[in-house]
Amino acid sequence: MKKNSWINVGFQVGALVVALLITTLLLVAAGAPPLKAYASIISGAFGSSNNIENILITWSPLLLTTAGVLITFSAGLWNIGIEGQMTLGAIFATGVLRALQNTQLPPALIIILGILAGVIGGALWAALAGALKTFGGVNEIFGGLGLNFVSTALTIYLVFGPWKRPGVGSMSGTQPFDEKLWLPSLPHTELSLWALGISLLVIIAVYFMLRGTHLGLRLKAVGKNSKAAFLMGVPTWQYSMFAFLLCGAFAGLSGAIQVTSVYHRLLPNISNGYGFLGLLVAMLINYQALWAAPIAFFFAAVNIGSVQLQIQYKLDSSFAGVLQDLLVLLVLLGEGARQRFIKKG
Amino acid sequence: MDVELRDIDKTFGAVHANVGINLKVPAGTIQGLLGENGAGKSTLMKILSGFIRADAGEILLDGHPVIIHSPADAIQHGVGMLHQDPLDIPPMRVIDNFILGRKGGLTIGHAAAERDYKRLAEEFSFSIDPDSYVDALTVGERQQLEILRLIWLGAKALIFDEPTTGISAAQKVKLFTALRLLASQGKTILFVSHKLEDVEGLCSRVAVLRQGILVGEAKQPYTTKNLVEMMFGKEISVGARDPCAGDGKTNLSLRDLSVEDYRLKVQNVSLEVCCGEVIGLAGMEGSGQGLFLRSVAGLVRTVGGHIFLNDTDLTGHSYHAFKRLGAAFLPAARLEEGLATGMSLTEHIVLAEEAHGFFIDWDKGRELTRKRIADFNIHGTPASPVESLSGGNQQRALLALLREPLSLLLLEHPTRGLDIESTIYIWSKLKDRCREGTCILFISSDLEEILQYSDRVLVFFSGKVTKPLESKSLSIEKLGELIGGKGWPESTSGKSK
Repeated sequence: MKKNSWINVGFQVGALVVALLITTLLLVAAGAPPLKAYASIISGAFGSSNNIENILITWSPLLLTTAGVLITFSAGLWNIGIEGQMTLGAIFATGVLRALQNTQLPPALIIILGILAGVIGGALWAALAGALKTFGGVNEIFGGLGLNFVSTALTIYLVFGPWKRPGVGSMSGTQPFDEKLWLPSLPHTELSLWALGISLLVIIAVYFMLRGTHLGLRLKAVGKNSKAAFLMGVPTWQYSMFAFLLCGAFAGLSGAIQVTSVYHRLLPNISNGYGFLGLLVAMLINYQALWAAPIAFFFAAVNIGSVQLQIQYKLDSSFAGVLQDLLVLLVLLGEGARQRFIKKG
Repeated sequence: MDVELRDIDKTFGAVHANVGINLKVPAGTIQGLLGENGAGKSTLMKILSGFIRADAGEILLDGHPVIIHSPADAIQHGVGMLHQDPLDIPPMRVIDNFILGRKGGLTIGHAAAERDYKRLAEEFSFSIDPDSYVDALTVGERQQLEILRLIWLGAKALIFDEPTTGISAAQKVKLFTALRLLASQGKTILFVSHKLEDVEGLCSRVAVLRQGILVGEAKQPYTTKNLVEMMFGKEISVGARDPCAGDGKTNLSLRDLSVEDYRLKVQNVSLEVCCGEVIGLAGMEGSGQGLFLRSVAGLVRTVGGHIFLNDTDLTGHSYHAFKRLGAAFLPAARLEEGLATGMSLTEHIVLAEEAHGFFIDWDKGRELTRKRIADFNIHGTPASPVESLSGGNQQRALLALLREPLSLLLLEHPTRGLDIESTIYIWSKLKDRCREGTCILFISSDLEEILQYSDRVLVFFSGKVTKPLESKSLSIEKLGELIGGKGWPESTSGKSK
């Protein structure tokens, strides 16, 4: 390995060590024995087959949102609105399932239509953020953030309004669908190999798209320098819109999968932060699609493992987020420090 | 305030922008500073006003050496600068812009400030409503606001960078009156310009810079010939020139083309360009040639007239429509507009070529890139990120991205910042294109380059354009005069807004 590569590895390991150090300090401050807490995260993640199934269930939506933001990041866009796009995917899927559940259509077809509707819903919501950006000059971060709030409000309205359970609406969501409308899963779990398979296919497709197609290269050019890309003949705003649409489609797919295979109904907060987590994964891997799957898996494992912290040490399970965020921040910081170091060196 | 610069020296990378400059300006003087683009005028004034630090040298104000760290620092010392593009904040009100930059406590003394503003405005007979918004003002009015602001902040020496560009004749009269008033109050005025007429009419003394060196000073009355010679150097012998390589067939035809931006209007330009012909566009930066070139590329919407390329009317079409018909535009800002930082040469080449199929054949791409690297003598590898290349190599890379064949090639400063060897190489490549029938329009601030490589020349001055001039009939001196706004017939098209 060249000297520079060793320096790179050094900075990344350094960032990891510092992240663990700070997390340890926080654990101590929260009154939990750090080593035991780490052990419980690991056992919480991999201790039983049930836990591993839960990781895989979390992995699937995370892979999809990561795939989506890899595309928008390529095009130089911060699609913060991915949470809302995922939510709209869930709403569209629920809507189609509700509309068709009492018809004579074969259940498999209804599920497929529901998922397709989710894809379209996510894409439309992203198109809105994209149009605001392209035609309205609204920064996609603000547009996306605003649309996230709207999507949350819309979900709550539906859950407590038109789609409420017979009797009274509740935070536990709409009336669950009949089991025939569930995406087939492994016996006694919510783990659907269909969902997992589709998600893995998507991330692989995105990897190849960004690496080996004219489409991916043009997206990259738009992201790196849209003026230069335009002069080289790339229709830039169309590509930006395309990136939004595709990202939204994957987010919508992810939302539809949450409905059809995990919760079997529409819940408030159905996106569960997976969109933001996808952004974190993409930043951590420095937008290299190759690493998306393992890092997303790691994040899913931390999420699931941290549930144990709550049970054993009364720590809030959002501790997983603290660890993940610290990791991303410090890796980014390490990257900045590395560049300064190399410049000086 | 007496202003003195001693041995000011500044380099930017390989460019020696100021070479040991000495200049003494007594209080109450209007000092002109002349020089072509890149002569080092702006650098020198930015050093005096604290925007950049000199590598060496001293600044003395009223005989005392001072060290100026920032523009805020400069104004503390009584030095203020008006930039060519006003550095105000358009979405804010006039009065808020006026107050901005004032050192003070937590509260803004709005009432007092407004009184001061009105008093100053009256003194200079400027009439801008303090409650209007800056984006509704003309360039000239924004300039007036900036003058008032700097005076209010206590400026005793004022630097004006090309202040007469983009303002109306009436505003110019107002400006000059204000400047003379300021000088009579004992303030020092530094007037940076390339317009001979303005400098001759206003300044009691003038210093001329060329290639970072202060080549001479003069006092009223001036002889224009002498100033031009100092600005552009002595008559330079131009080497043998290739004749027009074209076959006489008209390739590009412009009919009464008009285009404008917020500060300039270029009006009614008509031009027929035949295959293989090279048209040089001369003029000081911002005289309208950039706007004109971009409009011929379809990058700037025209406001009148027609553009025909190969007999197809492209008026109002986008750059991509021009591109499909064989036009190409190469920007001067290579890394800002031409190349994408963070992408490799191969990625650029693949991007610029017509895409076949969905997947990229990277092997083929790399092979093509290696061929282009050899063809264009680029020092780099297919995997080199473009930002790692030197300026000359970046320029060659830009040329290497052009597809074959082209009917129209539009270039902004194709050889700016390049050494003589790269320049010759690039022009040999461009002339190859001409022999294949491409016609070329290029902007350059290097008069020698204009005369050497163009068949015909258009000179721009404040939006005015000459008729196409045979470059054989032109000399550096004649060109220099036209660029400086001298020797124009009265009835030329176009005018400043």
